[in-house]
Amino acid sequence: MATADQKIDALIKRDYQAGFVTELEADAVPAGLDEGTIRVISAKKNEPAFMLAWRLRAYRHWLTMTTPQWAHVHYPPIDYQDIVYYSAPKSGKDGPTSLDEVDPKLLETYEKLGIPLKEQEMLAGVAVDAVFDSVSVATTFKEKLGELGIVFCSFSEAVREHPALVEQYLGSVVPHTDNFYAALNSAVFSDGSFVYVPKGVRCPMELSTYFRINASNTGQFERTLIIAEEGAYVSYLEGCTAPMRDENQLHAAVVELVALKDAQIKYSTVQNWYPGDEEGRGGIYNFVTKRGACRGANAKISWTQVETGSAITWKYPSVILEADNSVGEFYSVALTNNRQQADTGTKMVHIGSNTRSTIISKGISAGRGQNTYRGLVKILKGAENARNYTQCDSLLMGDQCGAHTFPYIEVKNPTAKVEHEATTSKISEDQLFYLIQRGLSAEDAVSMIVNGFCKAVFKELPMEFAVEAQKLLGISLEGAVG
Amino acid sequence: MLSIRNLQASVNDEPILKGIDLEVNAGEVHAIMGPNGSGKSTLANVLAGRENYTVTGGEVIYQGKDLLALAPEDRAREGVFLAFQYPVEIPGVSNIYLLKAALNAIRKHRGEPELDAIDFLELVKGKIALVEMREELLYRSVNEGFSGGEKKRNEILQMAVLEPRLAILDETDSGLDIDALQAVASGVNALRSQERAIILVTHYQRLLNYIEPDHVHVLAEGRIMKSGDKGLAHELERQGYGWITQPAAGTSP
Repeated sequence: MATADQKIDALIKRDYQAGFVTELEADAVPAGLDEGTIRVISAKKNEPAFMLAWRLRAYRHWLTMTTPQWAHVHYPPIDYQDIVYYSAPKSGKDGPTSLDEVDPKLLETYEKLGIPLKEQEMLAGVAVDAVFDSVSVATTFKEKLGELGIVFCSFSEAVREHPALVEQYLGSVVPHTDNFYAALNSAVFSDGSFVYVPKGVRCPMELSTYFRINASNTGQFERTLIIAEEGAYVSYLEGCTAPMRDENQLHAAVVELVALKDAQIKYSTVQNWYPGDEEGRGGIYNFVTKRGACRGANAKISWTQVETGSAITWKYPSVILEADNSVGEFYSVALTNNRQQADTGTKMVHIGSNTRSTIISKGISAGRGQNTYRGLVKILKGAENARNYTQCDSLLMGDQCGAHTFPYIEVKNPTAKVEHEATTSKISEDQLFYLIQRGLSAEDAVSMIVNGFCKAVFKELPMEFAVEAQKLLGISLEGAVG
Repeated sequence: MLSIRNLQASVNDEPILKGIDLEVNAGEVHAIMGPNGSGKSTLANVLAGRENYTVTGGEVIYQGKDLLALAPEDRAREGVFLAFQYPVEIPGVSNIYLLKAALNAIRKHRGEPELDAIDFLELVKGKIALVEMREELLYRSVNEGFSGGEKKRNEILQMAVLEPRLAILDETDSGLDIDALQAVASGVNALRSQERAIILVTHYQRLLNYIEPDHVHVLAEGRIMKSGDKGLAHELERQGYGWITQPAAGTSP
């Protein structure tokens, strides 16, 4: 087995392929955080009064909170006064209205990442709301969606154009008091995406946002809110990469999903932020709060995530199953290599009767990576006939990594059915040799085995994302996929 | 096609092969028989290039090339195929996906264009009949939940699709019932050709009732003790291995 480990070790040592920095003038406020900073952010974004008041409430609450210590991750304390809380690329005061007005350097960056906007517009039928640092620079397909009454825009725009919707739903799933990072985000969030799908409308295309962190030492505080009215359907894709940087970058996003009666929201993420070098220097800290609420009967929320990046991931996309017959799903692939640490999982809170949840978690640990699944299945007293199925599989590559599983199950109703399965396995030398003997390179053999391990999750991803996810996993593990 | 000269190999520093000499020509079927622990599987694995099998002496020339200098994937691409004694399961990877990836890796090596999905499916459907395998198994994960017989048929299917020059079948008959044995044997027989050499590694003579070898070799204590034609296999069936491996007592087995 030692030789197989060495081989895998050699394969997984690869450089981050998206590591570069675009030279753009950043319109940034100085580092540090106080009420003044928040007022500046709010003013720069021309926000209505309710928004500033909400931010300030969150900030004052945040001051009373302390950093959570329970996650299985280790890092030096973060100096929150040393972070720049707002930066926007300078591309004219009012922002571009079409791609022609977008800074060509910015477009170049996207092309290096393999996501040329122009091609995407024409090809995949994907509407892209691209976030570069903290401000949206291009929104496509907006008009087409507008004809159906669908709103898909930057969060800042939503605050200005649809203040009533924002005021009604913002913080209704993740209150500003929820946790340390959510409170911080609520105080200083810069931008993000907003989606509103009206009653009975099925969104005809995948909505997609590419996030990218660029300016040095800029914390990114994305805020996303998706609302699906009665009978509506929407599939949302989120994908991220970040350029190479020396200092750790904090990312604390909040995503809120609201699904009303018979509505369905599918939220897919492929996350590939800079994980740091082999010693873990310079990687992104990704402390995210993602939560959806099934507010009406038969509502359904699915989270699918492929996490390959970041130095530290702290993330638990959850579903609150408030209404009867509502359904929550969580499909996750988390890969940690070198010194990456991931503490991720989900919370399924069953409140309504006949609520169902499914959790499929695949953790891959390589190098000195530490991978933790942490999940809560909570069946409240009134949740008659609630059901949960949980499957947690861990794959270890090499002998210096770790996989940990912390399932929490709280059942207050005796009619509940809760199942939990967990496995831990290693890529065996037998499997590798079998594939190599059939003519595959060692790299392709590892990639094939890992992708097979993740199949149950990948099949939940939209087609174009599934391909990207397989590629990413390949890149993250060995540099090339056949 | 294959010349093995004084091949010596050890596993975990323990010498297993102690000087093997063997000549295999294209079109021939060689059976390598021998008692348990004689080094039969070691020979198969050394030829395929498995790690942890350390060659300590001798040489192997395959189609004019130094086989031992080639990486295991290059040996496969050059036409060396090993049918495994214990085919492994690969969860989540469909059988047909592996077949296609393997065939295209080999075609690429030969400078041939890769086959697209449609041409490939046609090819596989032709081959699957050879081993009397259920088509449904093509779409299941590699060997996962397969019966012993299905796993071995799958090995022969892979061989049929990849069309190797040199096929080494490591105890392919072990654990097979008579129906599966016949199916596997007819698959192998269909693949006999003037361009292809086949080495059957087996403990029992039974398989040789269905696949008739041109040459039979008895391997014991890391050496080929005796070679002959198919008559030798029958001799072994009657007398066991003792008369060869213990020549001193050989007169009264």
